[in-house]
Amino acid sequence: MAILSQDEAQAILKKVLSFSKADECEATLNGETGGNVRSARNSISTSGAVDNVNLTVESRFGKRSGVATCNEFDDATLRRCVQRAEEIARLAPESPEYMPLLGPQQYAAAPQSFAKSTAGITPDYRAQQVGASMKICDEKKLSSAAFLNDEAGFVAKRNSKGLEAYQQLTNLEFSITVRTPDGTGSGYATADFNDSSKFDAAALTRIAADKAAMSRNAKALEPGKYTVILEPAALVANTDASLLQALMSALDARNADEGRSFLSKKGGGNKKGEKLFDERVTIYSDPTMVDVASLTFSGDGRPQKKTTWIEKGVVKNLYTSRFWAQKAGIPDLPRPSGWVMEGGTQSLQDMIKGTAKGILVTRLWYIRPVDPQTLLYTGLTRDGTFYIENGKIKHPVKNFRFNESPIIMLNNLEAIGKPVRVGGNLVPPLKIRDFTFTSLSDAV
Amino acid sequence: MKRRDFVGLTGLATGALFVPSIPGFGEGLAVDPLRLLDAADDPALKKRLADAALNAAKAAGATYTDVRIGRYLNQGVFTREKQVQNIVSSESYGAGVRVIANGTWGFAATNIVTEAGMAKAAQLAVQIAKANSVVQKEKVQLAPQQGFGEVSWKAPIQQNAFMVPIKDKVDLLLNANAKALENGASFVNSVLFQVNEQKYFASTDGSYIDQDIHRIWPTFGVTAIDRASGKFRSRQALSAPMGLGYEYLTPKAADKIAGPAGSDVVGYRNSYDMLEDIVRATKQVKEKLTAKSVVPGKYDLVLDPHHLGLTIHESVGHPLELDRVLGYEANYAGTSFATLDWKAKGAPYGSRQVNIVADKLQPGSLGAVGYDDEGVKTKEWDLIKEGKLVDYQKIRDQAHIVGQKESDGCCYSQSWQDVQFQRMPNVSLRPSATKMSVDDLVKGVEKGIYIAGNGSFSIDQQRYNSQFGGQVFYAIEKGKIAGMLEDVAYQTNTLEFWNSCAGSCDASDYRFAGFFNDGKGQPSQSSAVSHGSATTRFNGVNVINTARKI
Repeated sequence: MAILSQDEAQAILKKVLSFSKADECEATLNGETGGNVRSARNSISTSGAVDNVNLTVESRFGKRSGVATCNEFDDATLRRCVQRAEEIARLAPESPEYMPLLGPQQYAAAPQSFAKSTAGITPDYRAQQVGASMKICDEKKLSSAAFLNDEAGFVAKRNSKGLEAYQQLTNLEFSITVRTPDGTGSGYATADFNDSSKFDAAALTRIAADKAAMSRNAKALEPGKYTVILEPAALVANTDASLLQALMSALDARNADEGRSFLSKKGGGNKKGEKLFDERVTIYSDPTMVDVASLTFSGDGRPQKKTTWIEKGVVKNLYTSRFWAQKAGIPDLPRPSGWVMEGGTQSLQDMIKGTAKGILVTRLWYIRPVDPQTLLYTGLTRDGTFYIENGKIKHPVKNFRFNESPIIMLNNLEAIGKPVRVGGNLVPPLKIRDFTFTSLSDAV
Repeated sequence: MKRRDFVGLTGLATGALFVPSIPGFGEGLAVDPLRLLDAADDPALKKRLADAALNAAKAAGATYTDVRIGRYLNQGVFTREKQVQNIVSSESYGAGVRVIANGTWGFAATNIVTEAGMAKAAQLAVQIAKANSVVQKEKVQLAPQQGFGEVSWKAPIQQNAFMVPIKDKVDLLLNANAKALENGASFVNSVLFQVNEQKYFASTDGSYIDQDIHRIWPTFGVTAIDRASGKFRSRQALSAPMGLGYEYLTPKAADKIAGPAGSDVVGYRNSYDMLEDIVRATKQVKEKLTAKSVVPGKYDLVLDPHHLGLTIHESVGHPLELDRVLGYEANYAGTSFATLDWKAKGAPYGSRQVNIVADKLQPGSLGAVGYDDEGVKTKEWDLIKEGKLVDYQKIRDQAHIVGQKESDGCCYSQSWQDVQFQRMPNVSLRPSATKMSVDDLVKGVEKGIYIAGNGSFSIDQQRYNSQFGGQVFYAIEKGKIAGMLEDVAYQTNTLEFWNSCAGSCDASDYRFAGFFNDGKGQPSQSSAVSHGSATTRFNGVNVINTARKI
């Protein structure tokens, strides 16, 4: 049931619109099916499965709007859902931020957002992948905790102004933390894909296991400013806040215009068009890219087109609601669902080779905002932190707490490596000078 | 009640949208607010449905089964300045079946809550358990649990928040916003969250438990901007999310607790004065724009309960979760420094003033329930006594690992469709048994900082190194409050911090901090938890200055 075809979905949506008596009506179907397995101490701990389709109906009378939802699709239920949305709309006050529904739109094709391999995953497949991972750790006498989650879904949208959208999506994510039995070493690896045929739990497990073994008996370095190589998983996390995601989330036009963003200008206005980062920093979004294919339309039906957000260090665009775009007279750009930071050709190993003294960081953790004025964040290194000397990993180091702003960080750029996918984004490893570690942590 | 009377808004409200969901707040489907008033299903019907699952699982080979039929109701009212942004009412209804087959857990959930749907979910749970048992090494061992028969528990609330017409809630929030704007705020957001969990639990131990749980959280953020300098600051509400009904929003003088003289801080106990707090917040946020930037160094900290609750949560609540201690959360939330070996060594967790208790009982707290989500009657137990670690938080399949015979009753799932697991109970610092006012506590401080409200927070995956900010900061000089400070955060090590504890105020200063969305597990689940404490002093804590130039 969960993955309706375009024809099946649009047939339901057409029926919904035929029941509408409102000035405007928009109907959206969201479906998802998938499952997960979680392991710890080299054994499966929990597992789960999801299978859902929901319909959301928004009805409008003038500037009044109401929403209702249902998850059954017989005529009587659909009719009731439309009526309920209309009843609620009639009682709502007029919205000063009302925008009429969008008419027909052109959306780019992103066929790679859906992979049959991922949609066909079974409980046995999950058990096999996680089983293979646990076997490696058993053999190496290491302890692992891992999570495998896969989902297939679709979004279909149709409104009374003629807008029509449909797309299918799949995603698989896996992460693993491997620890030494004495608790003195820990390593991490993660990956995510649209297409599960690219996934190999065993390969990722070996990376995490090697890091765990290598990180035993870490030495303490004094906190201070260090050159660091931040692996992609240290820059973007799919389970927590992260430095680059914090920066991307801050590219909101309204907050900038209202004076409560690092992009706000003294005296009013925003810093769009200003060079705020090293000229090698270019970040764009493109949902049609094969490696990070995602939805080509936003929740309100706007097309997600290729958009450059930061180009050669200059802030080129800010995302915005339709209301604010109209009010401020700025381009009407939805927030992207994923993004790409341009990189170079150097592998992580090449970057280590080119480093006289520095610290390799596998992962950053518990990252929280400290001061929105400067986008200052704090957090800690975790699961594999190593001292580099003369192009080689010399020894593991104890974990640090950092207090750093992605704005300062992207001005202290030494080198950019080859991007890899993390959390639906393409992220290169970055070498940063003067990264600020403010204290030591005993955590392993 | 007529829908128009109940759902309609007054002339004060503009811009209401009824949107389907807010990320992170409930997982249900949007419904008419009136739907939230529908009575819970008859327990007799739920028993029949639960029995269908229990019987089907047994027939499929399960050796233990529990069933949770849950109706989860949420409502959020969201405003900014003079307009309502959203009003969200949602309902999620379904059932989760958890089984042990071949010594392995299996779980499946369904929103088809019929006898056939329940039986199918039970069979799927057994199938999954059997599939996973192939790669399983340790068989599940459940602590024995008596069945309670057919019992029920209701949160002791006075006024169901869902019964209050939406216009009253909107009026409260917009009135609060108006006060902020009148007093010079640049921007203001205010929100009211309300939750009702109607949960039915049944297990093969012979329990059929019907529970009705309520939570409420009014909150706001006030922002002041100095356009000339480009500086902006914000101050969040000093309310606490509570396990109470709408009565929390009727202020009572007895529930207002003043901070130290000269601080202009008022904390709230079992009722909250939103209009008063927002006026004070607006005054404070303007003062924050020009407050002195802190000189980094060692300070004696005096921490109010709203602030200290978060520090307790992160540095005591989490490290004493037995699943973390054992490695079950290693890939996400992390593990713990407070391992079984560490505990056996008997090193002090804190000074002798530190007495920390876990419970699921305190009236008005977010953790209070009659029974947990695996049918264990709730209780209170000591975690730290006179500075020494004495126990952890554990559930039925963990008790045997620490040589205990019973669960602590802190198993929880955020919904019917997620599997239950060990979650933090209320974890609270006992107040001083001898009389101590907040002014007396401050009086002894030569060079210190008084912090009220919780702000930025971060702690490592084993819970050693933490950094905390706050909402408002005041210098303490020679035993007196000496003006507001800004850019304050303290960095500390859990053991150093709790060993530097120099004493708390007495029970007259005791109140809760709380959190609606404590995250743990993969897929991540939210749980709500309260932390009680009185204002407490910690000596010689490392304070950093967080101001930066970009």
